[in-house]
Amino acid sequence: MPNFWSDPFGFLIQWFNNLLLGWGLPGGTVQFIAYVVGAFILVAGSLFFCLLLIWAERKIGGRVQDRLGPNRVGPFGLVQAVADMLKIFTKEFVTPDGVDKVVYNLAPIMSVAAVILLWAVIPFTITFYGNDLNVGVLYLVAVGGLADLSIVMAGWSSNNKFALLGAFRAVAQLISYEVPLVISLLLPVMLSGSMKLNEIVRAQDVPFIVTAPIAAAIFFISSIAENGRAPFDLMEAESEIVAGFNVEYSGLKFGFFFVGDFLHAFTIAMLFSVLFLGGWRGPGADQIPILGFVYMMIKTSIMYFLGLLVRFSLPRFRIDQMMNINWKMLTPIALGAVMATAFVDKATANVLATTTPVLGVILRTLILLVTNGMVLWVASDLMGSVLTRKERRVVALEARPVARPEPPAAPIEPTEGEVS
Amino acid sequence: MLSDWMYIGIFMLLSVFLPAVAIVIAGILGPKKPSPIKNSTYECGIETVGETWVQFKAQYYVYALVFLVFDVETIFLYPWALAYNQQTFFMVTEAILFILILLGGLIYAIRKGVLEWQ
Repeated sequence: MPNFWSDPFGFLIQWFNNLLLGWGLPGGTVQFIAYVVGAFILVAGSLFFCLLLIWAERKIGGRVQDRLGPNRVGPFGLVQAVADMLKIFTKEFVTPDGVDKVVYNLAPIMSVAAVILLWAVIPFTITFYGNDLNVGVLYLVAVGGLADLSIVMAGWSSNNKFALLGAFRAVAQLISYEVPLVISLLLPVMLSGSMKLNEIVRAQDVPFIVTAPIAAAIFFISSIAENGRAPFDLMEAESEIVAGFNVEYSGLKFGFFFVGDFLHAFTIAMLFSVLFLGGWRGPGADQIPILGFVYMMIKTSIMYFLGLLVRFSLPRFRIDQMMNINWKMLTPIALGAVMATAFVDKATANVLATTTPVLGVILRTLILLVTNGMVLWVASDLMGSVLTRKERRVVALEARPVARPEPPAAPIEPTEGEVS
Repeated sequence: MLSDWMYIGIFMLLSVFLPAVAIVIAGILGPKKPSPIKNSTYECGIETVGETWVQFKAQYYVYALVFLVFDVETIFLYPWALAYNQQTFFMVTEAILFILILLGGLIYAIRKGVLEWQ
């Protein structure tokens, strides 16, 4: 039996199991009930946690943009999100004519469910996690794709051209950025030799952000894009297509798209800290699991704050720029990083095996770090030559000297090759 | 193993069920006063013209096609990455060849101008 003070989550789980077993229920039933209760706590907990996230996001956004943010309802405006929720609960659902009823109503639910499903595999402490699936990373990729589907469903079923355009943009963006995301997830799997998230955390004697910094950076960028936030918020560009896929939604259905959005931002921060920052690992976390929870939350908060800083300070990309960043930069660099890491790591493995374990780890870390640096250097060199390459001049469009008596017309400006 | 997936199944049902309940409650609490004007399609106050499901740019389709190729081929790399620690140098080289072919496909697509947004 775990000690309550060092491991409250493990203690409660054990206590609950023992309680049910004490009532004389068979083991299978106890496990089923424990699963239902555990899943219920995680799902409901994440939904209520979202209230705090909405407040945090608005407050931080306010401070970044030199405003105060919510400060009227409760201390520091903490109850603002609750007040907003009460209001949104009593709003009318305006369902426009001609929508596809089933798909239209399913879309907001899906957008929340797709994010909450990610919480099923995240290890919060050494003992507190939903379920440590043996295909955890693949599960993350698969469930992450559901969020795209909900946006397509919303846009397609709304019977509105703006919504449809927003959905098209969303598909193009989200599926494109899934490619570097999936490739960058290869590196934690490779270095830890497991797809279980708890095993990945356990394998991080050296956090993977040190041994695979390129993969970490690519994961960070493309998960912001997956979330559809600024600077990648083309799918709900307010100034271009009103609000994109959610124009025709109202009340809580509209709100749920934002619940999904806010929750997703925090979830990807959690995933980042699990996959690259060592999750619950830290001094003393093995003996006192509750400390691991604290470490995890500190790491997550830092990543969450970084994501918010990016969101509130960068302007939006054009769609062609966004596609170029993905297909001509992130994807090749991610592939290059996987190849270089695999090659160098295996090539030096035999040499490192002859040294002492501690020295071996240090040397391996240094070698991988240098490899990543080399990949970045080569990539930036190649990128530089590609970006500075002039586009071929289209001679036909230029004003040419013609033997004519009348004064020459104003020369047509040759179209500049845009650097993108 | 099976019980793992039972947990995911329960989780999936609950994560759909709880938001659905919230929406139903909100539907009961909120007023219900539909009117033809209110229910008309919102396009910045201008009357909507023609069909909603218009023809769209073929560009989107091309990106979806490229995505499909890359995503499926990347998924093939996961079993390799999982077994990475047990592999010899030779096996790793083979995987690198596979990735190089993938990269070749990407470069081909770029040179063909498929990934150029017009």
